[in-house]
Amino acid sequence: MPLSTQSQDDEEHYVLVASLDNARNLSNILKAITFKDHAVFTATPNGLKVTVEDSKCLQANAFIQTEIFQEFTLKEDLVTFQINLTVLLDCLNIFGGNAVAGTSTALRMCYKGYGYPLTLFLEEGGVVTVCKINTQEPEEPMDFEFCSTNVTNKVILQSESLKEAFSELDMTSDVLQITMSPSQPYFRLSTFGNSGNAHYDYSKDSDMMELFQCTMTQTNRYKMSLLKPSTKALALSCKVSVRTDNRGLLSQQYLVRNDDGQICFLEFYYCPDEEVEEEEEE
Amino acid sequence: MKFRGKIVDVACLNHFTRVVTTISKLTKTCVLRLNPDNLFFVLSGKVANGGVSMWCELSQANFFDEYQMEGVSPENNEICLELAPENLSRALKTIQNAKSVKVKLTKKHCPCLTVCAELPTLSSISRVVTHDVPVDVIPKRLWHEFKEPSVPDYDVSIYLPPLKTIKNVVDRMKNLSNFLVIEANMNGEMNLKIETDLVSVTTYFKDLGNPPWGDGASQDGGPTQSRDPDSMAEARVDVRKLQQFLVGQQVNPSKSMCSEFICTSSTSVTKVSPKAGGACPSLHPRYRPSECPPPDSAA
Repeated sequence: MPLSTQSQDDEEHYVLVASLDNARNLSNILKAITFKDHAVFTATPNGLKVTVEDSKCLQANAFIQTEIFQEFTLKEDLVTFQINLTVLLDCLNIFGGNAVAGTSTALRMCYKGYGYPLTLFLEEGGVVTVCKINTQEPEEPMDFEFCSTNVTNKVILQSESLKEAFSELDMTSDVLQITMSPSQPYFRLSTFGNSGNAHYDYSKDSDMMELFQCTMTQTNRYKMSLLKPSTKALALSCKVSVRTDNRGLLSQQYLVRNDDGQICFLEFYYCPDEEVEEEEEE
Repeated sequence: MKFRGKIVDVACLNHFTRVVTTISKLTKTCVLRLNPDNLFFVLSGKVANGGVSMWCELSQANFFDEYQMEGVSPENNEICLELAPENLSRALKTIQNAKSVKVKLTKKHCPCLTVCAELPTLSSISRVVTHDVPVDVIPKRLWHEFKEPSVPDYDVSIYLPPLKTIKNVVDRMKNLSNFLVIEANMNGEMNLKIETDLVSVTTYFKDLGNPPWGDGASQDGGPTQSRDPDSMAEARVDVRKLQQFLVGQQVNPSKSMCSEFICTSSTSVTKVSPKAGGACPSLHPRYRPSECPPPDSAA
């Protein structure tokens, strides 16, 4: 009863209304970028972008396009708000969030505008939950100015192969060093841990390598602690594109297929840890 | 003071084990009261344990094939023991395939509830496993603490939705808040609510049905009868205590119900003060697992 009366009365006041038949399509992808509590939501006519940042060195974006939603109504060109992501995930999974055959949680997400809470209506098996999550002043997300014209090296890999590498990475190493080069060793992941150095090489002709476009030899180091959150995205994804630009900035784009076979994207940007002279260690 | 019982039927043994295990998840120690007809597991609400109380009534005939007892005296034909249900549960869990289980009150180094299980063998020599669960015998002068709690005239009684559903909701709410408000009315509606600085969440259940409560209530038209069916009664409970109750559920109840009462009438709903761990005065996990068929009919 509270659901029906409330949603009809307030319908016209909402600047954003988004509905999903399966809330997992949203919660799964958000889970992959939940390494900090606060997330900035940006709704545009293209869909929803969720941004999480850490230490001004890492930015993660989840894109959920309009097509994923059963309904996506936006009254303004741009709607932004900041929200506690952990709280949102608890709300989205209020009915357990597990994929039990034949049951899914329907979601209707509404936002009235600046200063109002984000309202979620969730329904599963006739039980309705209404959540009002207070929104916060949105912080301007960082612009890494990662521009495709400045991209020097780019590879696209099957996630399967990177998952294997990441699961075996020496986590005692502070950094992960990525070498991309048009010649040997092509694409190399290196760690420098307590038990020695390890290199993980991918040949450019490997079946796992879908695309190999490297124009110059680049070696950059990235903090392992910052890279770690991306393993959740990796686990969810089927393909990953790894790019670096002329400043050594790393971009990872993950292609994620949801329960209904639709495609979403997750994107991570990392600042390099320090400059490394381009010299081969072999 | 004597007690001796024997369980032969494996379904009864399983059921008894599940009941004891459920209790062990709720409390470290409880009181076992035995009289000629029933076994009672009792936890009386003390501030120290957060005010949760429990009353579990098992008809001995539903579980035991043989049941003999002799209380402290013919006038007070009862035995009252304090034990750790965890110990009893562990003893019972290891003997699920026993041919028969005997439970006796014995005096070894200390008073014990001795569980003797005859396990199946391939040879002719029998295998018997004995567990001694230490107990404390509670003197008669303290028995009054473990009497059946008086049931107030509840403002609202309502059947609960499947406990699994509530558990999922409560698990998530626990992440968000320490206290949870349960509200229900006589129109079969129940809501679980939390409210914090960050978020407010309300889960609405409907069409749950309200049980007729007690035989007397219908005649004198207690508060449940006279109140507006849509008006909500609410109680504030410690989420962890509620979760503990839901986690331990192993008895697969066919029905569970929740009853609430408010001290003052209608609008000025009293919130239970959180000082005693925020426990609600009315949340008695009162199990009546009497669905197990008597041993002879199951055979």
